[in-house]
Amino acid sequence: MLKILKYSFFDLIRSRWSYVYLLFYLLLGFVLLFLNEDLSKAVITLMNVIIILVPLIGTIFGVMYYYDSKEFTELLLAQPVKRSSIFIGQYLGVSLSLVMSLVIGLGLPFVFYGLFQSSAIFDFTLLLVTGALLTLAFTAIAFNIALYNENKIKGFSYAILMWLFMAVIYDGLFLMFLVIFDTYPLDKFSLIATMLNPIDLSRILILLKLDIAALLGYTGAIFKEFFGTNTGLFSALGALMIWVVLPVFNIYRKSKKKDF
Amino acid sequence: MIKIDNLHKKFGKNEVLKGVDLNIPEKGIFAVLGPNGSGKTTLIKSILGMVVPDKGKIFIKGKETQQNGAYRSDIDYLPQIANFPNNLGVKELIKMIKDLRGVNADYDELIKVFKLEPFLNKKLNNLSGGTKQKVNIVLTFMFDSQIVILDEPTTGLDPVALIHLKNLIKKEKEKGKTILVTSHIMSFVEEISDEIVFILEGKIYFKGNLQELREKTGEADFEHAIANLLMKDHA
Repeated sequence: MLKILKYSFFDLIRSRWSYVYLLFYLLLGFVLLFLNEDLSKAVITLMNVIIILVPLIGTIFGVMYYYDSKEFTELLLAQPVKRSSIFIGQYLGVSLSLVMSLVIGLGLPFVFYGLFQSSAIFDFTLLLVTGALLTLAFTAIAFNIALYNENKIKGFSYAILMWLFMAVIYDGLFLMFLVIFDTYPLDKFSLIATMLNPIDLSRILILLKLDIAALLGYTGAIFKEFFGTNTGLFSALGALMIWVVLPVFNIYRKSKKKDF
Repeated sequence: MIKIDNLHKKFGKNEVLKGVDLNIPEKGIFAVLGPNGSGKTTLIKSILGMVVPDKGKIFIKGKETQQNGAYRSDIDYLPQIANFPNNLGVKELIKMIKDLRGVNADYDELIKVFKLEPFLNKKLNNLSGGTKQKVNIVLTFMFDSQIVILDEPTTGLDPVALIHLKNLIKKEKEKGKTILVTSHIMSFVEEISDEIVFILEGKIYFKGNLQELREKTGEADFEHAIANLLMKDHA
């Protein structure tokens, strides 16, 4: 698995798109930090960009890489290597190269800004950890979608729809539900509904840490009320990790049975 | 060397292999032929463990094939379509496959024969289709396994490379290897193969050497003999 991870990682970090992705974050980081007086405002803006963009890029790269390397995967499948190590290795190659772009792209501006002297270092670290987990989760989901769909166009459409649902539609439905049923006690419902969407989960996670959960309104308040800041933080982080583990486990399971 | 017992495979409603029994002895070149969609590739992929059969067993060197794929270290495989990671160089790719197998590989000679020296440090997405196929061939023949499986090896090759490929296959045969080839180029099959395995609608329809094929069909010309096999059944 490590050998496959190594080579797909090398392959990907040399691709033009990895550089574009890296440059985007560099630019974003520098602009936000040096044109913005307030550090926590910069972190919030970054969060808003990250929780939408990171899943999108993870999804697209995941699906594209899978379909693009299909023939090469067949060559690998004919080698004396376990199937699961091929797919998990490729998955880690894609997601880790994306995580690297994110961490370097946002990390460098912050280092230049003098992050290590500032108190925002924990907020910022959490932002990067959340971004990394979101990358891992959405790349894994994208690999799952691609594994279940032989047809490239179909797989690609499902993946984009999945992202659209999680990033945009889900919140709308959630809100509608809250408005329609506002006479009922909805705290448990909103807790569970938040856990079921990694993007919402990440938002809560960062806002809880920044101690401005009130900004998020209802859900944030409930999270805080239920867990208190620290417990809430860790349970949200744990739930986010489940979002990584489950799809990865399914890659392992599905790849064992699939015909190529 | 390779023994297949009552192999069945369905893709959805489409029954591709309907009980294939095949025994491929040691040494020699065996051509697997058949019309499009007859199940050639499925058969080969089953041997390699890329397709999981619904029913039936496959034995390699007397041992039943296993899920973990360790038996594949006895098989060199040339896939039909040559497509590689875009941003790796030819040399890196060779190193990668060698790393994965964990055995010695002898590629210097092959690189020279196919004149790949100028491409060694080039990225794979800058190579032409034919050059990629040459790289594909190097990746297959650089190992020294007992069984060699070639799926449409002639795709995209120029005449010179084709001659080198034929020599290469003959050389491997002289080493006492078992070689399985599929191809739609009948002259190529006629020239190199010792025995023909003809698959039709998911079953072995004919197995024998060229002479037996000619006798069975009453056609002296190989291409016509194969066409005859095809038409008799579909008329």
